[in-house]
Amino acid sequence: MKQTMIMLDGMPVPFTEGQTIMDAAMAADVFIPHLCHHPEFKPQGSCKLCTVKANGRYVSSCTMFAKDGMEVENNTPDLNDKRRTLLQMLFVEGNHFCPSCEKSGNCMLQALAYELEMLTPHFDQFYPDRPLDASHPDVLLDFNRCILCELCVRASRDVDGKNVFALAGRGITKHLIVNAKSGRLADTDFSRLDRAAHVCPVGVILEKRQGFAVPIGKRLYDEKPIGQQMERLAERTTKVEDSDG
Amino acid sequence: MAACAERFTGGLSMGASSHCDYLDPILNRYRHRPDCLLQMLREGQEQFGYVHPDAIDYLSEKLKLPRARVEGVASFYSFLHLQPCGKYRVLFSDNITDRMLGNQTLLERMCRNLWVERGKVSEDGLVSIDYTSCTGMCDQGPAVLVNGQALTGMTTERIDRICELIRAKAPLSEWPSAYFAVADNIRRRDVLLSGDWPAGEAIRAAIARGAVAMLAELKLSNLRGRGGAGFTTHIKWESAREAPCHAGKPARYIVCNADEGEPGTFKDRVLLNSYADLLFDGMTLAGFTVGAAKGLVYLRGEYHYLLPALLANLEQRRRNGLLGSPVCSQPGFDFDIEIHLGAGAYVCGEESALLESLEGKRGVPRNRPPYPVTEGYLGQPTVVNNVETLCKAALIALRGGAWFSGLGTKQSTGTKLLSISGDVENPGIYEYPFGISVDQVLNDCGAGNAQAIQVSGASGVCLAMHEFSRRIAFEDVPTAGAFMVFGAHRDMFEVARNFAHFFAHESCGFCTPCRVGTTLVVNCMDKIANGHGTQFEINEIFKIHRLLHVASHCGLGQTACNPIFDTLQKFRPAYERRLRSLDFEPAFDLDQALAAARQMTGRDDPGAHFGLAAQEALGEKA
Repeated sequence: MKQTMIMLDGMPVPFTEGQTIMDAAMAADVFIPHLCHHPEFKPQGSCKLCTVKANGRYVSSCTMFAKDGMEVENNTPDLNDKRRTLLQMLFVEGNHFCPSCEKSGNCMLQALAYELEMLTPHFDQFYPDRPLDASHPDVLLDFNRCILCELCVRASRDVDGKNVFALAGRGITKHLIVNAKSGRLADTDFSRLDRAAHVCPVGVILEKRQGFAVPIGKRLYDEKPIGQQMERLAERTTKVEDSDG
Repeated sequence: MAACAERFTGGLSMGASSHCDYLDPILNRYRHRPDCLLQMLREGQEQFGYVHPDAIDYLSEKLKLPRARVEGVASFYSFLHLQPCGKYRVLFSDNITDRMLGNQTLLERMCRNLWVERGKVSEDGLVSIDYTSCTGMCDQGPAVLVNGQALTGMTTERIDRICELIRAKAPLSEWPSAYFAVADNIRRRDVLLSGDWPAGEAIRAAIARGAVAMLAELKLSNLRGRGGAGFTTHIKWESAREAPCHAGKPARYIVCNADEGEPGTFKDRVLLNSYADLLFDGMTLAGFTVGAAKGLVYLRGEYHYLLPALLANLEQRRRNGLLGSPVCSQPGFDFDIEIHLGAGAYVCGEESALLESLEGKRGVPRNRPPYPVTEGYLGQPTVVNNVETLCKAALIALRGGAWFSGLGTKQSTGTKLLSISGDVENPGIYEYPFGISVDQVLNDCGAGNAQAIQVSGASGVCLAMHEFSRRIAFEDVPTAGAFMVFGAHRDMFEVARNFAHFFAHESCGFCTPCRVGTTLVVNCMDKIANGHGTQFEINEIFKIHRLLHVASHCGLGQTACNPIFDTLQKFRPAYERRLRSLDFEPAFDLDQALAAARQMTGRDDPGAHFGLAAQEALGEKA
C-alpha cells in the first residue's frame, strides 16, 4: 500500500489513518507550537496556538485529521504572527510575572514566547483578581497563571478518575475550579501523585517545597529552546514530567 | 419525606437535605437523567430563587456527577444564579433596537425609583435590575424579562407602575396582563403565513409519499437551512438517515433549534406562537424520513412564556395520534417530542453547542468532524434544523419539491421570514420569496430615511445606502432573518459598540482568540467612545478582526468583529470624529484613576484633578 503523506511546509510527512496533523508532525520531529495539546490526552483545540493552514484553510492542527496530499503551512510569518498575538492575549488575560515565577524556565507559555519572539505583551493588562489556593499540604494553586488549557481537567478525569478540576463561568470570566463546596483544593481527594499534578504547562499547579530544586539557568527550556525539543514533547510521560521541577 | 430521612442517616449534611423538598420531585420527573441537569437547575431555581451551594451538592450526589461539573454548568448560563438574587429579577433587553427605543433611560429610572444599583440586589433582597442580551421583542420594545417572563412595550408610565407593583410585592399574576402581551405583528404573508395548515396533514402527506420519495422531494425543492448557514437540508437528512447508530441504545434524533438568540431576530417566536402545529408536523415527518423516534425542541429561555401552550399542543397531538406509537396509525413509526429550555446563552444557537446544552452540559461548541448528522445528541445521528426550516419541510411534504423550487431564486428557493425592526413605521414579520431587493423591503416596511441596515443580526452584514439594490438570497445577502433599520440620525459607532459588548458577553470562553479578543475589542471601542481613541485603536480592531475571523473555534468568534469591520469600512466618520488624535493615546487616564479618591474625600476642587480636567475645573470656578 502506498504511504499516505501530507506536505508540511513543502516537506513530505507520512501519517497513518486517524492521525491528526499534529500527530504526524510530532512523529516527524516537526515543531508546531501548542499549549493545550498533550500526546497523552484527547485533543481539544482551544488554545489555537497550533493553528495551521491546511489546503488554504486555517485549522487547529491538533484536532484536524491528516488527509493524503494535504498541503499544510506551519512555519510562516503569517501564522507565527497570529500565534504571537494569541500568546500576547494569554499574557494580558492572566497575571504572568516570569521573573518571580518558580516555573520560569520550565514553562511552555514562556518558552513559546521566546520561540515566537514575543517582545512585549502589546495589549493592556487585564490584571484579573485571582486568589491563590495554598490549602493543600503538598500542592499550591496559583490561578494567576492559568491559561485554561484544561490539561489538569482531562488528566484528573481521564487518568486519575477523580474529576478534581473543572471549568466554571463563561467568556472572559471563565476560570478553573476544584471539586469542593469550599472551593479549596485541600477539601478534594487530590494528591501530589496524581497525573493532574504534573501536566500543567504553566505555573498553576506547583508542588510545595520543590520550587527551586533545579536552579534557574539549568531548566528545561534554559538548556534548549522549545522548538528543538520535539522528541521530548512527543514522548511526554509521567516519568519525564515528574523531573521537570 | 422518606427520602430526606434516608439522607440524614446517609450522612449528608443538614444543608443539602433541606433542598430535597423541591429537588426530589424534579429529579423524579426527569428520572435522574444527568443529561437533564440544565433543566433541573433551571426548575430548581424557579422554586428556590437561586442555585444554592447545597442544591449543587444534592444534585451532584443524586445524579452521580462530580460537584465541580454541576457548578461548571450552573455558572455557564446567564439566567442561573449562584448567589441570592432579588425576589423580582428585572432584566432589560439590551439589543440596539431596545436602546433606540430608550431602554437605558427606563432602566436608570427604575433603578432610581427602587433605590438599587444596576447589577446589584437591593438591600432588602426585593429586586435586582440589569441588562440582558436581545430577548427577541425588537418589534415591540423596549422589552424586559421579570423572573423569566417577557414584558413588552415599556414606557415611563409602565415602569413607574411596575415599581409600585414590586414595592407592593404583588405576584406577577396580578400585574396588568397587557404588559405581557406579545403581538405577532405579521405584516406581509406569502405561502407559509397565508396558509391554513391543519395539524397532521403534512405528516400524512409524507407517509403517503414514503421516506425515500420524501427525501427526493426535499432534494427537488433545494431547501436550505433558514438558521443562517444555509446548508442543504436534504443532504443533512439523508446523511443522518444513512449514518450508522452507535452502541448503547441505537437511535436517531431530530432537534429543532429554537434558540433564536441572534439580536434582531424574532420570526421563530411567531412561528412557535401561531404555527406550532406546522413545526411539529415538520419535526415528525423529519423523524419519519430519517428514521428517528424522538424530537427535541431547544427553546431559548427568553421564550419561556411560550412553553405552556407548546406543551398543551404536544399533549393534544398525542391524544390525536399525531405523536406517540404509532404516529398516524402508521405501523412501526413511533415519534414523540420533548421541549428543553435554554438559560441565556447565545452560543447555544450554534448546533453543536446546542447539543452539548441539550445533554445538560456547558454550551461549548464541539470539534468537528464528527458532524451532528453522524455523531450528534448522545453520540447518535442527529438532524439539527431551524424552526423555519422544519416548517418549510412540512410545506414541501404537502405541496411537493417542484412547487417549492418554483419560488424564490434558483440557488435560494422558497420564501424567507424577515424580522424587521428599528427605524421603520411597521416593524414585524414580513414573508418574501428569496430574491427580494432590500429597497423593496424598505419601501414595504416604511423606512423613510434609512442610512444602514444590519441584515442577519449582529453577526451578519451591515449594508449602507449604496447597497440597498442588493437582494436577500444566499447568493447575495444571506440572512437568518434579522433586518434592523437605522435612520439617518443614528450613530453607527454606537450600533457597532453595542454589538461588540454583546459578543464579549456571549463568548463561551473556550478558545483564546474569542475569549480574549472580544474583550480587547470592547476595550478599544470603549476607549474610542470615551474620547481617548486614536488611529491606533482602529488598527488594533482590524488586527484582532483578522485573527478572530480565521482562528476562532466557532462562528461566534469568527463573526464577532463583522459589525465593527463593516461600520469601519462604511461609516468611518462615525469613528473618526471621536478620535482624539492620530497618534497613540494611553488608555490609562490619571484623572479618572483619582475618581475613587475624590469620592472618598468628597473633593472635586481643581487640586483634586490632573491635566486637562484640572484646567476645566479651574475654568468652571472662574
